[in-house]
Formats: sequence, structure tokens, C-alpha cells
Amino acid sequence: MSAGATSAHSVVESKAVGKWIAGLLVMAYALVAVVPLAWIFSTGFKSPPDSISYPPKVIFEPSLEGYVNLFTNRSRQTPEYIESLGTATTWYDDIVRKRNMVITGPSRFKDRYVNSVVIGFGSTFLAVFLGTLAAYGFSRFRVPLKDDLMFFILSTRMMPPIAVAIPIFLMYRTLGLSDTILGMILLYTAVNVSLAVWLLKGFMDEIPREYEEAAVVDGYTRLQAFIKVVLPQARAGIAATAIFCLIFAWNEYAFALLLTSGNAQTAPPFIPIIIGEGGLDWPAVAAGTTLFLLPIVFFTVLLRNQLLRGITFGAVRK
Amino acid sequence: MTDRAAISIADRAATATPAQLARRVRGLSDRAIAWLFIAPTIVLLLAINIFPLIWTVYLSFTNYRANRPGRAVDWVGTRNYERLLGSEDVWGYLQATAHFVSWTMSIQVVLGLGLALLINKNFKGAGFWTTIILIPMMLSPAVVGTFWTYLYQPQTGIFSYIINAFADVGPVDMIGSPTLAPWSIIIVDTWMWTPYIMLLSLAGLRSIPDYLYEAAEIDRANAWQKFWYITLPRVLPFLMLAVLFRGIENFKMFDLVVELTSGGPGSITELASINLKREAFEKWRTGYSSAFAVILFVTVFGLGNIYVKALNRVKQ
Repeated sequence: MSAGATSAHSVVESKAVGKWIAGLLVMAYALVAVVPLAWIFSTGFKSPPDSISYPPKVIFEPSLEGYVNLFTNRSRQTPEYIESLGTATTWYDDIVRKRNMVITGPSRFKDRYVNSVVIGFGSTFLAVFLGTLAAYGFSRFRVPLKDDLMFFILSTRMMPPIAVAIPIFLMYRTLGLSDTILGMILLYTAVNVSLAVWLLKGFMDEIPREYEEAAVVDGYTRLQAFIKVVLPQARAGIAATAIFCLIFAWNEYAFALLLTSGNAQTAPPFIPIIIGEGGLDWPAVAAGTTLFLLPIVFFTVLLRNQLLRGITFGAVRK
Repeated sequence: MTDRAAISIADRAATATPAQLARRVRGLSDRAIAWLFIAPTIVLLLAINIFPLIWTVYLSFTNYRANRPGRAVDWVGTRNYERLLGSEDVWGYLQATAHFVSWTMSIQVVLGLGLALLINKNFKGAGFWTTIILIPMMLSPAVVGTFWTYLYQPQTGIFSYIINAFADVGPVDMIGSPTLAPWSIIIVDTWMWTPYIMLLSLAGLRSIPDYLYEAAEIDRANAWQKFWYITLPRVLPFLMLAVLFRGIENFKMFDLVVELTSGGPGSITELASINLKREAFEKWRTGYSSAFAVILFVTVFGLGNIYVKALNRVKQ
């Protein structure tokens, strides 16, 4: 081929022009992919009229109305009544009164968000705890039917959530677990434990057995060797696994929609039903979406080098 | 003092005996530890996955309705299955699912592999842009579906606005129009999941050793030949793995589409899982929907089996 092939550099290195074009194309795709996210983020800071103006407003006067609406319940009042209240004492009262409304109390968004956090962390802790033990068992010991058990564990993850939701609904109704935080934690643990076992087995397989064997020779029991030698070595893997479990539990929707209503509902089924007057209150929905997605964006960036492993159940490593 | 002496004697005894025996002397045997460690996971999965599954299979042969727990449950044999397989509507839902799965997979493979080939050129800032591209993949599909309904608003949405900036077609009603609705879900799924295919293709590309290309260079292979005879065969297992995994996930697709179109207009985008939810939790035909669940599960399980075999091949 041309000069590139005969140059002293590796022939595999792309030519400068090719690199430039590749870079521009990838950048273009990334920018297009980011538009929906940027749009939803900015909509959170629009006023309701700005959010439904045409043509869509790229430049607008920022407002916190969406966030105020997200966290409060409001009722419409006559201008005379608003007048009679005197001047607003807080900035959020002020925003709401400009729309002839008064705040009647906090909305349920905070509770739903807290539920998401509690259920997410609870199920992640349990799944990683169980998963670490099982992964160590599968990684280090001769277990009869090991491959079948591992496949069984993975296959539970393949089930369509709606298909198992029917009997789980009936089971939870009988046991009194419907719409409880404990019920959701158990359920998400069961879904996540398969991921945790597969990922952690991969991480454990990478820790040389010699460390434990040395520890056992030094007088540790197998259990002590596990706790004092293997666990510290697996720390990074355990952390990455925990984040993957947390993201799954955080994002889960089908079970939350079908099995919870008032008490244990998480944020995903709640965000779509933040209704304002005359349809959806888009800035409030956008504000809720932003608050809900930001932690995940943060974790994705944090985990970028482990992502491949997480999404393939540990099969493909970098 | 005596304690320490005792331990050191035990120690000496243990190191003197073969390793296997020594471990047994000190506390739990390996076998006991293995089972103690694995059992809780298996028990949890049996209780929350397998037991419900068996229950579903049982219910699929009955006329049980979950909203009337008091009523007597009759065994109806295979009637639910006969009804399902004989129903034209059910084939319609399966067709909608097949349309969704095949289009999302084909578009995403082309885009994902293309992006991976570009990123593999290792231009400056490739890592940064890759990370940006990956973000949609990790987000909550239900929440993503909700905010795309906003972007898709025909009168005021930015999607319609951008289309009109290129072609003056008037308001584009992606969700309300029967011809466009299937594409509305395909577009959002592609936006979310192209990064998945890209990431796996990239892993495949990076697994190809440089010397293969160097050898091809010596043989005067052109760029196309290099792609066809070196790159593609090496990336294919990764690509197949990605397609299989995403195919299964899209076959089960529920959350994104529920919030985006909720199966509408009519039942144009009513995928299998969405119809299942309607039958089970709105019409409360528990027996009938259990039979549907069993059919879906058998399909997914079959695909899952292939998936694991593919996983093992990629691993080698």
C-alpha cells in the first residue's frame, strides 16, 4: 500500500487523516446521543410555559419551578386569597404564588426516592454478601454439578420479569410481603445474586490460590484465609459488582410497578405519574428524572473500565 | 501461656500432616465450607424463582383468577394453551415483538460495529467520547421512556422540530401514528443499547493480535480483504454474544415500551410482555396469562441455553 505501510511505524497504526475522520464521526455520534440527556436536564430548569413552547427554547430564563413542583403538592387559589396572605416568606412560596397557587405540603417524591435508596442498598448488600460466598465456593472447591449449578443461577436471570411476577404477586399476598420494603429487597436480591455470583467468580478466579495456601500453611483455617486473605484481594471486584447490582435495583421497574403501590414504591414507577394541571408537568418530570439519573451517570463514568465485564456477566474481560 | 503452647502443638501437628488432612483437623472441612457458602444462594433462588415458576406452570392448567381468591379453581387441561396458540391476536403480539427485536438488532449491529471500528483507530480523546456514548446504556429504561415521550411531542417536541429543520413535513407524531409508533420504540432502544454492541465489538477488535495485520500487509491484502478475512471472523463471536444477549432482553422488553407507547396506538406496539401484563394484572386472567408466561419462558430459556454455549466459546 502507500507510504504508511512502508514507514518505520507499525502498519497497524492508522494514518493521521484516518484518525481525524474517525474522531470526528465518533464525536458527532456522541453529541447526537447526548442531546436527549442535555434536553431533559435543561427542561428541569424551565418554567412550564417554556417547556411546551414552539419552536423549542434553547435559551430561556432559568427557573426552579420544576424542582419546587417536584417536591410539593399545591392547590390553586383565587388572586384575592393569595393577596390576603401577604408577601411570601420563602423563595419557593414566592415561585408558587406567582402561579396563583399555595403549597399544601410535601409531595411523595422524597419518600419514593428514599425507598429507591433503601431497597437499592439493602438488596445490593445482600446480593453481594451471598454472591461473594457462593463465588468463593464455586471458584475454589470441587462442587458436584458445578457447571449445571452455575447455569441454573444464570438462567434465573433470563426469566421475563412479568412471567414470574404472577406467582410472586400471589406468594407475596399470602405472606404479607406485598408492597413492603423487605419484600422488594428479597426480590431484587434474588434477581441480582446471579449477576453477583458470575461476576465475583471471575474476580476470585483471578486471585492466585497460592496466597491462601500459604496462609493455611501459616496456620490459618480455610475460613480465616478466606476472610483475611481472599476478601481484601477481591475488594475492587466486590466494589464493582456492588455498583452493578445497585444500578440494576435502582433502575428496576416491572416488579416495582406490579408489586408496590403506596408504601414501598420506588422512584421509576412514580416519575411518570407526576401530574400537573392539564397533563404532565414536564419541568417537574424532568427535574425528577435528572435527580434520578445523575447518580447513575456518575457511577457509569466511575466504572467505565469495568463496564464490559459487568454487562457480560464476567465473560468478557479487558 | 498454656493456650499459646496448645496452638503451636496443633500447628506443628497440622503442618506435619498432609494439607488435606490438616484442613480437616482445623474446623470445617472444605466440603462443608463449599456447601455452607453456596447453599444460601441456591435456597434463595429456589424460593423466589423456581417455586414461583412451578406455580406458574400449575396455574397455566387452571382457570384461576387472582382477583377472586375465594372462587373454586378448576383444572382445565391444555385449554389455555390451545386458546393461546389458536389466537390471531397472540400471533400479532409475537409478530410485533419479532419486528422490534429484528430491527433493533440489525440497526444496532451496524452502528455498534461501525463505532467500534472507528474508536479502535485510537484517535486522541477516544476514551472520553467512548464514555459519553456509554451513558444511555446504564439508565433506567422506564424513566428513559417517560422523557422520550416529551421529546416525541408532535406539536412542541424537539424530535419533531429537528425533523422539520431538515424536511418540512409538519408535526411528526411518532407515538400516535400507527406507521411511526413501531419506529419510535426502535429509535429509543437503539439510542440506549448501541453502546452495548459497540463495547463488545471493541473487546473483539482489541483481542486481534497485530501480527495478523502485519502478515496481511506483507501479503499485500487490501483494506477490504483485511476486514473480511481477519477482523470480521475474530469479532463475530463477540458480536453474536452481544446480539444474543440483547435479543433475549428485547424479546422480554417491557419497561421502556410501557412508558413510551404503552402498546399503542391500538395494539401496534403491544409486545408479548406488555400483553402478558394486561392479561395478568388488568384483566386478571391468571390461568391464561400463566400459560402465556410459560410459552415465553420456554422460548427465552432455549435462547439462554444457546447464549451460555456462546459465552463458553468466547471465553476460549
